[in-house]
Amino acid sequence: MKLNINGKSVDVTADPDMPLLWALRDVLGLTGTKFGCGAGFCGACTVQLDGEPVRGCQTPVSAVGTAKITTIEGLSASAWGRKLQDAWLALDVPQCGYCQAGQLLAAEALLRTTPKPTDADIDAAMSGNICRCATYTRIRAAIKQAAAA
Amino acid sequence: MNIQLSRRTFLFASAAVGGGLYLGLSPEKAEAAEAGQLNAWVVIPATGRIRIMASNPEVGQGIRTSLPMVICEELDADWAAVEIVPTLADAKIYGRQVAGGSQAMPTQYEPMRRVGAAARGMILQAASTAWGVPVAELSTDKGHVVHGTKRAPYGQFAAVAAALPAPDAASVAVKDPKAFRLIGSFQPGVNNRAIVAGKQDYGIDAVVPGMLYAAFHKSGVQGAKVKSANLAAIKAMGGVKDAFIVAGTEEYEGLASGVAILADTTWHAERARAALKVEWNDSPAAFQSTATWAKLAADAKGKPAALPIHATGDVSAAMAKATKRVAADYAYPFIPHVPMEPINCTARVDGDKVEIWAPTQNPEPGRAAVAKLLGVPPENVTIHMMRVGGGFGRRLQNDYMVEAAAIAKQAGRPVKLTWTREDDITQDYLRPGGWHYLEAGLDTQGRCIAWDNHFISYGRDGKFARAAGIGPTDFPAGIVEDFRLGATVLPLIHTTGFLRAPSNNAFGFVTQGFIDELAHAAGADPVQFRRDFLGTPRIIGDPKSRGPYNTGRMRAVLDKAAAMAGWGRKLPKRTGLGVAFHFSHLGYFANVIEASVAADGTVKVHKVWVAGDIGRQIVNPAGAMNQVQGSILDALGACMGHEITFADGAIEQRNFGDVPMLRNEQIPPIEVAFLTPDYPVTGLGEPAYPAVAPALANAIFAATGVRLRKLPLDVSLLKA
Ligand code: FES
Ligand code: FES
Repeated sequence: MKLNINGKSVDVTADPDMPLLWALRDVLGLTGTKFGCGAGFCGACTVQLDGEPVRGCQTPVSAVGTAKITTIEGLSASAWGRKLQDAWLALDVPQCGYCQAGQLLAAEALLRTTPKPTDADIDAAMSGNICRCATYTRIRAAIKQAAAA
Repeated sequence: MNIQLSRRTFLFASAAVGGGLYLGLSPEKAEAAEAGQLNAWVVIPATGRIRIMASNPEVGQGIRTSLPMVICEELDADWAAVEIVPTLADAKIYGRQVAGGSQAMPTQYEPMRRVGAAARGMILQAASTAWGVPVAELSTDKGHVVHGTKRAPYGQFAAVAAALPAPDAASVAVKDPKAFRLIGSFQPGVNNRAIVAGKQDYGIDAVVPGMLYAAFHKSGVQGAKVKSANLAAIKAMGGVKDAFIVAGTEEYEGLASGVAILADTTWHAERARAALKVEWNDSPAAFQSTATWAKLAADAKGKPAALPIHATGDVSAAMAKATKRVAADYAYPFIPHVPMEPINCTARVDGDKVEIWAPTQNPEPGRAAVAKLLGVPPENVTIHMMRVGGGFGRRLQNDYMVEAAAIAKQAGRPVKLTWTREDDITQDYLRPGGWHYLEAGLDTQGRCIAWDNHFISYGRDGKFARAAGIGPTDFPAGIVEDFRLGATVLPLIHTTGFLRAPSNNAFGFVTQGFIDELAHAAGADPVQFRRDFLGTPRIIGDPKSRGPYNTGRMRAVLDKAAAMAGWGRKLPKRTGLGVAFHFSHLGYFANVIEASVAADGTVKVHKVWVAGDIGRQIVNPAGAMNQVQGSILDALGACMGHEITFADGAIEQRNFGDVPMLRNEQIPPIEVAFLTPDYPVTGLGEPAYPAVAPALANAIFAATGVRLRKLPLDVSLLKA
């Protein structure tokens, strides 16, 4: 089947019910998308389908169809993505960094639809993404900094 | 002291520089050294970027940034221009390569300063010869040697410098800290750019040509061995390349028995695993159950402790003299680590050579275990210390490294072994649970004159399991003269291990909760009671051991946190301030928490004030703040909802649904202040954790009058 990943059409040989997470990681070698729980709890596997954040571990590859997939490797194609990356660097958001791909893709979707998010907007958009290292304080600050940039 | 001055060798053992032994580059390896290699950590090529080695495992504590910063400061290179290069695991060259015990800074800060300073000194010496001017007339700036208007990059002198004998590290002059430009400045993590672009490889991202993806299915009841499995059916499943039984070894914490499934992808392996049918032999661990242990613990109450641990004075006589006696039972559960990156390891076995890609906090014991199991010399095991997606102590154990190596050998193919989150939780090396039956006596003035603690913990054959013991002279031993501490050890087989501020993360809750009770029993203010309890500033414990603490430093962080929080101010109804302090891992921390309790019992943490003292220098404020905030929230999340229980020998929890993690909307503001008294620099991965749960429980008491003595905090007891 063909998938559109980060603006490129890619041929993928995968079982239709293989979750997109594993097609990206183990079939295509795009390992920036992370496995955290495999059960929809943590958001480490977050990618965007047509700009909407979804959980890669809960999305069978056959359900993607022609939707445009954005992964962390393609985040910098978005102006909001670049602003978020800059803010993440300036504020030293990551600790281990393992959850941050998912955090950034969720944050990019937030800012694209809500460029001046309130704290409640951030709560709602980011609640699905666990950071075990608890970098939440900096994630919030960096979203605000990117929104102001 | 043993100083060896052969070319490129950099060896010192000296109490003056932190007590460590560092062999920069062993003579046998000298011929492999590159041009411009001044010592094991510093390579200065003739042209191009200066390279600084990052030799410690990075688990998110920021050590691949902070230790190279220390070297770079003394080398006087340009931080923005240097390249940081992670090394292989090789204790013979790099000394301690462990992410654990908050020990990197205490043991490596002073030596790494000398590593940088020695390299700079060698460059200056070479420049002095080249330019025909005395070293004293030369200075350095951002990787350049400067003399008057003359300025040349280090690289110009590196080849000559590298041939000079390495100086005696103990006598290398280091900077006056007032001249620091890099140390103490806010420096984002060196891998951040790769992380935000999805380009940073973690252990789980390792790819080796020809590798298969492996799942390894074990019994939740540890020690159970596979009797039989439907291997033929599994091997016939789509994407599966092989499946076999791993017999396992006999010794405790050896290689576990289980079924390995090797497939084209992790998903294929897991899909096949869901169809796996295994018959297990009985395990001696089948008796394990939370209900049984609770009963055993209750039975031990009122009986003498089977294992005396520490006693001073005469606790019974002091109790008899007391005008008031306070007794309370504290309890806390097993808790898991759940690092964000699930446990994994990639291994290739090629004849008697083994190559490992591991997210490990402690590679050397893994090397030893792999070498022993596979019967190869330890030096034949190469370990790539991959960046680690969170450790929290879990990856001080290397069970997954041994499994990956064993499976790769049996398969005759390289494998990437990935555990599921369910594997991670059910096979964790848990922070042990425990109970403390406490009693204290107060005199007429409300001073604590007797302290008795019967500690119920876990172990085997009457001996404590890993991380289940208690330090005989831990606080408040030595403060209360008539003191007794004893233990009863309940039987446990499931693996236990170190979790961020091990032991202290539970003892802080117990001790600081009970002291709060004593304050209230004495009719005293909780902060003032603690000040009086600490008394005059003094060192308690053997100053040469790791344990001694300075009551003056405890007092200072206590006072600071209280002042930051405006201790004593008036608060709305069902809102309270709670205070606690704790010393662990050489760091002193005090917290005040403001919390309110709704009529339905819901607890809201409004703010956390934190005062910390980890010595005279915060090396990297960026990483330091991250560690403190992370520790506080880690502790908060655990005390509010983490509990591992056992039934029929196995852990009952499975995934994040059973181990709720704090989320974005639950995060209170955290205000942090560091005191920087003139004491040695110490570590920060752990000491900010232990005083959180007690500060919260004490705030809840202040808000409601209900004393919660059990973790996780049961808010259903708080309904108005
Ligand atoms: S891995 Fe998909 S939600 Fe956790
Ligand atoms: S930075 Fe480690 S899990 Fe978020």
